[in-house]
Amino acid sequence: MFKGKKVLCIGERDGIPGPSIEKVVESAGGEPVLSVTQCFV
Amino acid sequence: MEDQGIIKDAVDKHGTENLIVVLGTPDAESAGIFAETVTIGDPAFSGPLAGVSLGLPVYHVLESEVKEAADPDVFEEEVGMMEISLDVEAISKEVSRFREKAEEIEDAG
Amino acid sequence: MGYPVVRGVAYVLAHVPDLVRYGSKPEREIPKNPDLLSEIQDHLRDFSEARNYPPHQVFIGNMKPEELWEREQPWYENLISGAPRFGEWGEIYTEKEFYGWLKVADEFDLIYLTEEAAEEIETILSEHHLARPEHLEKLGDGVSRERVKELISGGALALEAEGELMGCIVDGHDEDENLTADILLENLSTKASGFLAVEKLMENIDLEREDIAFVINSGEEGVGDRYQRGAGNLAKAIAEMNGLSSSTGADVKAFCCAPMHASIVAGSLIESGVFDNVILVGGGSLAKLGMKMQGHLSKDMPIMEDVLAGNAFLFSKDDEVNPQIRLDTIGKHDVAMASSQQAIYSALVDKPLQKVGLTIFDVDKYSSELHNPEITVPAGSGNVPHNNYRMIGSFAVKHGLMEADELDEFEKEYGMPGFSPTQGHIPSALPFLGFARDRILKGEMKRTFFLGKGSLFLAKMSNISDGMSFILEANSASSSQD
Repeated sequence: MFKGKKVLCIGERDGIPGPSIEKVVESAGGEPVLSVTQCFV
Repeated sequence: MEDQGIIKDAVDKHGTENLIVVLGTPDAESAGIFAETVTIGDPAFSGPLAGVSLGLPVYHVLESEVKEAADPDVFEEEVGMMEISLDVEAISKEVSRFREKAEEIEDAG
Repeated sequence: MGYPVVRGVAYVLAHVPDLVRYGSKPEREIPKNPDLLSEIQDHLRDFSEARNYPPHQVFIGNMKPEELWEREQPWYENLISGAPRFGEWGEIYTEKEFYGWLKVADEFDLIYLTEEAAEEIETILSEHHLARPEHLEKLGDGVSRERVKELISGGALALEAEGELMGCIVDGHDEDENLTADILLENLSTKASGFLAVEKLMENIDLEREDIAFVINSGEEGVGDRYQRGAGNLAKAIAEMNGLSSSTGADVKAFCCAPMHASIVAGSLIESGVFDNVILVGGGSLAKLGMKMQGHLSKDMPIMEDVLAGNAFLFSKDDEVNPQIRLDTIGKHDVAMASSQQAIYSALVDKPLQKVGLTIFDVDKYSSELHNPEITVPAGSGNVPHNNYRMIGSFAVKHGLMEADELDEFEKEYGMPGFSPTQGHIPSALPFLGFARDRILKGEMKRTFFLGKGSLFLAKMSNISDGMSFILEANSASSSQD
């Protein structure tokens, strides 16, 4: 489902950070075009 | 949600057609707010995505669809522990609810 | 002589509902929506609601954190009746008192009180044991209300309390965007709340002011000007205000993780023999007032980020009584480590425990980031301490030390509910230091694990994570006598 897709990775500091999502998405053949880690605290 | 401007810029740049959003929020409630923001629009009606229905397909990184598509070793290494600690079922339920709404938006569009 | 000890703690809160509008989020949203300011004002708590709010009573040491689990939620609707403003190791200040301390903190005539406010605040402060004659003198006589209004129409920020105009704060420079009235209000708020925390600490410890050699400020505020934004040394400014005449100081900045870095720096300065007594201080964050107000307003609940918090701790050379910070094993997140949660928890929890032959279950309590969930959950930021305890527990599950269905039990036994205001460095692990020290001194606990994380990616300089941790343990001298 990720093949040929561009992916926005919206991570969270107290959940899964952006860089971890990026790695998972890349391993699934997706292309992360944005990776952010939100922090509300 | 603070980074709406960056998301909107990315959408403007890449278009919605081939774009997927993957979230890393820690619980169902926060996953719901984020999922709503990138599908229907900002529920707080204040950010750049207020009233903007992007209708993007949205997943949480721990959902089975993502897990099945990912390399098992990478998945384990990056989020394996979070799969134990977070309530994956509740998060999946909430995110899939908005994913369905996104499909309706897409169909309507 | 063993490792350095934690000899005293202090925690303060200043309830400042009228400053909520100057928080970063409200300041950005109010101009977009003409009705928002009055909506905010309709959702502010009064002083008694803030004082009787159970998490605040925990913060100042009058209630155990675990008692919050027993209390009916929402806590903001199930208040304690007649709770005291003074706590075991802290105090809650009113807004008018805080304006007085802001004026005392102001060395550059930035704050103008009205004549009426100057008089009223002088009366209020003179009834408080903290205020010395030199403080009252600094309040001055005030200026006419017309003059204050004139300054406000020229761009000064109004300071109000209970619907009254009390004064204003003006820009510190014609062109410098680092010295505008709102930034200076932010910086003076940190200075004043840091001062209050150190004053409280001096009350709580058996040392003279001259005995303090060094002050480390671990607050997040970046004080500075156009040529050196965030250049700092608020630590020394606070030390001056507290009359710590034999002390100097410096800031340790590392986002929310700074108090952990600073604790280890303070401990190391003592362990190496450079100083005998070091104070760690962190003042409140005005920018974070009302940060999650949209979540609160959408649920028609009070705006919960309406207090400025401050904390101060005394680290000293070993006195063979107080609990010690174990410098032989600290946790740190190295540059080469991944940013995944398991990499972070491996570095911060597993490695330091393993190094000294302890398991996850050899610790009595883990003190992580103790954000009050009532503030974060309605805004979609999750229950931070709950998630953190589950992550520590999940690490044990992954290592086959316990089962996944035991995570709730793990949280109850080794964790606690969050009770701290969400001001970055303030909730970072150390809100429990007072309880930990107390319980260890009473022999109820032997070991507490403190861990904090920092979001340095927010400064757009690096995407990397950060975190540090340390273990606080019963004094080796006292435990060997047992």
